[in-house]
Parts: sequence; structure tokens; C-alpha cells
Amino acid sequence: MYRSLFPRDVFAEMDRLQREMQQALDLSPTIRGVARNGFPAINVGGTPQTVEIYVFAPGVDPATLEVQLERGLLTIAGERKSALADAEADAKVTAHIHERFDGRFRRVLTLPDDADPEAVEARLRDGVLHITVQRRASAQPRRIAIH
Amino acid sequence: MRNDVQTTSRSPATTRQSGTPAADQPRYGDASLTPPVDVLEDAGGITLYADLPGVSREQLNLQVESDTLTIEAESNLSVPAGLTSSHTEVGLARFRRVFTLSKELDTERVSAELAQGVLKLRIPKARHAQPRRIEVQVA
Repeated sequence: MYRSLFPRDVFAEMDRLQREMQQALDLSPTIRGVARNGFPAINVGGTPQTVEIYVFAPGVDPATLEVQLERGLLTIAGERKSALADAEADAKVTAHIHERFDGRFRRVLTLPDDADPEAVEARLRDGVLHITVQRRASAQPRRIAIH
Repeated sequence: MRNDVQTTSRSPATTRQSGTPAADQPRYGDASLTPPVDVLEDAGGITLYADLPGVSREQLNLQVESDTLTIEAESNLSVPAGLTSSHTEVGLARFRRVFTLSKELDTERVSAELAQGVLKLRIPKARHAQPRRIEVQVA
């Protein structure tokens, strides 16, 4: 997605290749795979209490954005319209560079088993959708006292 | 997704910074992502749209110098303490992109808007450079 049209240096290129190799050699990716270079980009992380998902979707109309969690599957779908659609219709406007995604999108992630579907929060700010899913309390590590 | 990283050299000399391979450390101090852009041109000027997710007005730096337009920005995400990443598609919090502008663009009258992480820049053409219809006299 954030691919540059300008020449890059060798180190950055090798960095990218190394990362892609590591991802390709993952022995047990989830069955839905890891979609790369899709829109919107997603970062997933976690704390002991939560699963945090960041969806990078600038310029997406919140009215079209749908976030659904069902049986451990988180779906993020929506639509982004760009000014290019109008531009192509108008003969006096030329599109010189078209790198940004436009159209409908849908990305699906599997959440870990301890994610609690009842406790999900989603916040959209500056084009980043931040989803926090609480982990089930019973799944959290508990210290057992020894008498 | 946005995994193409560019490095920039801040010093006047053209030496590039090269880092030693380290697992999770940012390798290059100046490394930044290249935001995708859409550029449209009409009779009045150029309109540029850039994806800068997580960037607010305070973190956006636009510079126009003679014929170069530089867009630099830092994104700001609310990250809880103790977060460990399991899948990263956007690995950096910095964006940078540079364009060379042509002479007929009026760099004094550039206007910019930033909303929902999308930057919209409007660079009008200098008045003398706008298309003018020339009357053809039939002899």
C-alpha cells in the first residue's frame, strides 16, 4: 500500500524482502491467512487484559464502516469513495497519480479464544479505527496460593 | 501494506545511515513510510490527496521550497502500556514524501486541509500560466 514510486535504497529493499520471507515461512498461519497489502492496513497486538487492533482507514465515511464480531471472527468492512471517480467523468480533470485505494473493502481476522465478544470498544480518530477487545477474565492467569 | 521504508539523510553529505540488523529496533533513525497519494490536475491547478492515518494538524509539517514540496507527518496512536505486537502492517509512525513542483504552480497560494487522516492540498497555477483561449483571426 505505501509503496513508493521513487527509488529506494538497498537496505530498505532488503528489509522488506526479509520481512516478507519471514511471513512466508510461518509454519502455521491461520486458515484465513494473513492478507498482505490490503486496504485497510491492520496492526494487531495485545496486553494481558486485552486484544488491540488498529485499522488504518483514513477518509472512510464512518456511516459505511461496519465492525462485527461473531464466533471469534472480527470483520471490518466499509467503503471509501475518492475524488477520482468524479475526475474520470470530467474531461477537464486529469488523474496523474492514483495510488490510494477506493471502493469497498472487507478484512477478516480471527481473534484468540479468550477474546470476549461482549466487551468490545471501537474508536475512530484521524482515520485510525482502534478496536479493543477484552480477554475473558477466567482466562487470565491466576496465582494459586499454597497453604 | 505500507511496508516500504525510506531513509533520509539529514546531513548535507550524501552518506546514508546503515543500521546493523537488530530484531525489533527501528533500524534507521529517520525511517519513514511513504504515504500513497492521488494527484489530479485541472485547468486551475493541482489537487493532491495523501493518506496520513493517525495524523492530526499539530503533527503535520508541509514545506514548499522553490520547486520542492515536502510532506512530513507523525502519527499518534493511543497505545496501552505493555502492548506486544503480533501482526504489524504499519511499522512506523512517521510519513514522508517529497515532490518536485513545476514552474507554473503558484507556491504562494497553496492551501491544505486535513480531515480523518486525509490531507488535501490544493496548488493553484500561477495566473499567467492558466490556459487562455487565443482568438483566431481569419484573414
